[in-house]
Amino acid sequence: MRCDFAHSLLQGYFDGELSGRRAAEFERHLRHCAHCATELVDLDLLRDRLQLAQLYEPATAALRRKINAPLHAIAPTTAVLRPLVWHWLAAAAALLFVATLLWRVGHGLRGDDYQAELAGEIVDAHVRSLQPGQMNGISSNDERVVAGWLEGRARFAVPVRNFTNDGFALQGGRVDVIEGHAVAVLVYERNGRPINVFIWPTRERDSPPRTGSWQSFRWVDWRKGKKEFCAVSDVDLADLEHLHQLINSSA
Amino acid sequence: MNDFDAEDRLRFEQLVLPHVDAAFNLARWLLRSRADAEDVAQEALLRSYRFFRGFHGGDARAWLLQIVRNTCYTWLEKNRPMELNMEFDEELHLQTCATPETLAIAGDDRKRLTMAFETLPPRFREILVLRELEGCSYKEIAAITAIPIGTVMSSLSRARRQLHSALVNSLQGARP
Repeated sequence: MRCDFAHSLLQGYFDGELSGRRAAEFERHLRHCAHCATELVDLDLLRDRLQLAQLYEPATAALRRKINAPLHAIAPTTAVLRPLVWHWLAAAAALLFVATLLWRVGHGLRGDDYQAELAGEIVDAHVRSLQPGQMNGISSNDERVVAGWLEGRARFAVPVRNFTNDGFALQGGRVDVIEGHAVAVLVYERNGRPINVFIWPTRERDSPPRTGSWQSFRWVDWRKGKKEFCAVSDVDLADLEHLHQLINSSA
Repeated sequence: MNDFDAEDRLRFEQLVLPHVDAAFNLARWLLRSRADAEDVAQEALLRSYRFFRGFHGGDARAWLLQIVRNTCYTWLEKNRPMELNMEFDEELHLQTCATPETLAIAGDDRKRLTMAFETLPPRFREILVLRELEGCSYKEIAAITAIPIGTVMSSLSRARRQLHSALVNSLQGARP
């Protein structure tokens, strides 16, 4: 007879993926479950066998050459200039995790699990950003078109302004969901680089901008009119602060 | 060519190219063919290069492997759509293993394991390749295969059980 644990915890235990608490829980179970003990040995034997068989097949030198050669022939800019909606939107989604970070900071989640939780969120955001077909959004530089598209989808009024004359050209918008909350995303372009402004409703009072960086990204976060804004990009921080002023004075 | 392009390429070479082996290995096992895997891995790498600006840090291997995986599935859909609906079939597997020529090539364990891997449905094959050959964590597997992290454990459990069962079958098939 199969043991319930064999299907789930046992795998995680074997792969060293359980937290200390759950591993201890499984070990208590293991003391009186011969089935799981046998299965662990089987898994171990199978893994040894796979290691021994050296099934891993590395790329051939010919493939490496084939990959390297075109890199020097393709101009990466051709892809960037392509007016594809989802290209911008994919970039927007890839930055989602920074918004998630702020979301968590904003909600005061700072336990011991904070780092682990954050890592999980980053992976989740990453997964979402890489899913083809998930980038539902609108590509337009028309404020009314983008606002109209967001209306009803975001479940709160999103102020949409195009600041092309100030060097921040509106590219479009989309909606994402973070921890069950609808988040609107406006996409701007500054000197060829995308800037994503994540917007979500908040009950907190207005706040001055906070800035920070994560890897190669910089962000500016502020609250105004029961909405929280977070502009994220790899452009200069001064540019993000400029965009913050433009949005704040227009809102 | 401006500085920005050169910088992008350098970043691509540093972050993504070290994972060409992983890309080929995953494609080889998903497509069950080295020749097809070379083509598809090459295509996936070029795609990842073209859209490299969509990648802003994080786990480059998981990012690349997800592109490889999606390219493989698109390729399979176009060229061998039947395989995507493939279910593990013990009877079929037994028959396959029992033919004289398969018995002959099942002589050594590497070939037996290869055959057992290749009888698994692609979804199980990929999760085993990622975990056992590539050494990916559950989080990475979830990111690459787009399944919730909570189901990685149960998927792995089923995949391992099927592999085990395929190996047992191949032993039975090899007996006179």
